[in-house]
Amino acid sequence: MTAPTLSRAFDSDIAWSFRHSWTARISSLLLIILFAAALFAPMLANQNPYDISQLNLLDSELPPAWAEGGDPRYLLGTDQQARDVYSSILYGLRLSLLVGFASVALAAAVGISLGLLGGFVGGLVDGAIMRVADILLSFPAILVALLVNGIARGILPPDRHAEAAIWVLILAIGLTNWVQYARTVRGSTMVERQKEYVQAARINGVSGMGIMINHILPNVLGPVLVIATINLGMAVLTEATLSFLGVGMPATQPSLGTLIRIGNEYLFSGIWWVVIFPSVVLVVLVLAVNLMGDWLRDVLNPKLR
Amino acid sequence: MLGFLIRRIIQSVFVMLAVALIAFMMFRFMGDPVNSMVAENATTEERDAVRARLGLDQPLWMQYGRFVGRAAQGDFGLSWRNARPVSTLLAERFPATAELVLVAAGLSLLLGIPLGILTALRPNSFSAQTLQFLSLIGISLPTFVTGILLILVFSVWLGWLPSFGRGEVVDIGWWSTGFLTLSGLKALVLPSVMLCLFQLTLIMRLVRAEMMEVLRTDYIKFARARGLPSRSINFRHALRNTLIPVITIFGLQLGGLIAFAIITETVFQWPGMGALFIQAVSFGDVPVMAAYLVLVSLIFVVINTTVDLLYAVLDPRLRVDSPRGAH
Repeated sequence: MTAPTLSRAFDSDIAWSFRHSWTARISSLLLIILFAAALFAPMLANQNPYDISQLNLLDSELPPAWAEGGDPRYLLGTDQQARDVYSSILYGLRLSLLVGFASVALAAAVGISLGLLGGFVGGLVDGAIMRVADILLSFPAILVALLVNGIARGILPPDRHAEAAIWVLILAIGLTNWVQYARTVRGSTMVERQKEYVQAARINGVSGMGIMINHILPNVLGPVLVIATINLGMAVLTEATLSFLGVGMPATQPSLGTLIRIGNEYLFSGIWWVVIFPSVVLVVLVLAVNLMGDWLRDVLNPKLR
Repeated sequence: MLGFLIRRIIQSVFVMLAVALIAFMMFRFMGDPVNSMVAENATTEERDAVRARLGLDQPLWMQYGRFVGRAAQGDFGLSWRNARPVSTLLAERFPATAELVLVAAGLSLLLGIPLGILTALRPNSFSAQTLQFLSLIGISLPTFVTGILLILVFSVWLGWLPSFGRGEVVDIGWWSTGFLTLSGLKALVLPSVMLCLFQLTLIMRLVRAEMMEVLRTDYIKFARARGLPSRSINFRHALRNTLIPVITIFGLQLGGLIAFAIITETVFQWPGMGALFIQAVSFGDVPVMAAYLVLVSLIFVVINTTVDLLYAVLDPRLRVDSPRGAH
């Protein structure tokens, strides 16, 4: 980026709004910290929680470092199996975000394609896609995700469940959330289809596929960014819920939701730190993503204000 | 009105048929049941005999028709996990979920509407601001985290309320109720609070937004100009129009409560349908999953249809037989 473009970017409405919104600044700061923590987890963590040889059972159930009986080596304490809670959270965050981003990408890809197709072709195809979307939308997302998950588990042999868990989750959450993209893209595609540049492309002999991908697609992508941001929060939350319910990531490869489930089992022995710290990270992550999404929606869609 | 009614019912029947088709397809996905029913060295003739006995040699649409016919009579076959009839399993679990959802729904209305009115009438007061902020947190907290926090505070630290199960239940016919014993009521508190919190914040924010909207309209201004007492304006004129959209959202969310009961039931080991469904999902127990899906969809469809009809009854503007796009 050259200097003038850069200064223009800093001078834009979005930058102005960013500087004047403390929620946007705080949530973006939190997100940067969390993303960095997830990205550099192997460097920041004290141990690899997946590697059993690094665990020392004598150190199990230690409270956080500042509490009575805490060990300075384990900042946030350890769980029943002597896993360092702080390291588990870093690795868990990584998995949660990975599933979140991948399922958002899947949902966006499916939703944009179907929306573009329905809006451009119209007629029966459009009707069929939108009826499916209507039915899907009338059920709570978590129920649909559970069903896809259950079907996938039924198809796969039980011994493959653990290794396939992450793919099953991405599929279940992605296939649940495409409707919003499809509806939005379909709406704007129907508007764009009427415009002169599309007619010009038709006269030039561009195929329907070419018009959809090269001409209409770039013009309908604007709102997708906002939907994707809000969707990311939803996806992370759905993943955590599924893992908490015991049908998500397995205990050998815990995401934040799995950590909360494991911690929940020991709640009555008074070991609160195993459940509370992953919960706090999850809540902060979801809250920051949602605030960021709200802010983006307000800035990019002045009509909604 | 009658046309609207008939159209809605036809639409509902189609949704239910679509759901039944999904449930039916789930069975098809799970491989060939004949393999698990015959000996490994069975001949092709023997396999065909079993296939014919099960009706699997008929065309798909006939099998689907039979599936719908049986489902309509509540017959979903045996659970793959414990070989008991699915309908019995669900009937045993239904009262627990129903009581939990009803209490949570009641709580969310009884608290949500007054709090919403309060924040709308005095939007700048300290209590209204605090409530707004708390509702933001209520919407952002994952439900299972709320549940864990409730258990940690009220069961582990304070020891006031039980954290799992239904307590003692009393059987009335096939319905087992927890409303009649002290331990049953105590066991209801935490799960219903957890389940209603999200709902409560939603209703509160909705009532607030609607009420503030209505208070700005001309007829309210006119009522003020006539010198009517503000109590009468707020509660007789404004509240009535505020509550119409609340009914719709509440109806839609009642279905959501049933789905979210899955999470509540897992956190509190509540012996309801949701817990049964989660077990079915983790074991790939298709008959139970299919039956739960059909039952919950049926509840959804009935609620949605009722809400639409109620809407037409409550709002005279919708009573004219208008084409679908008009409302």
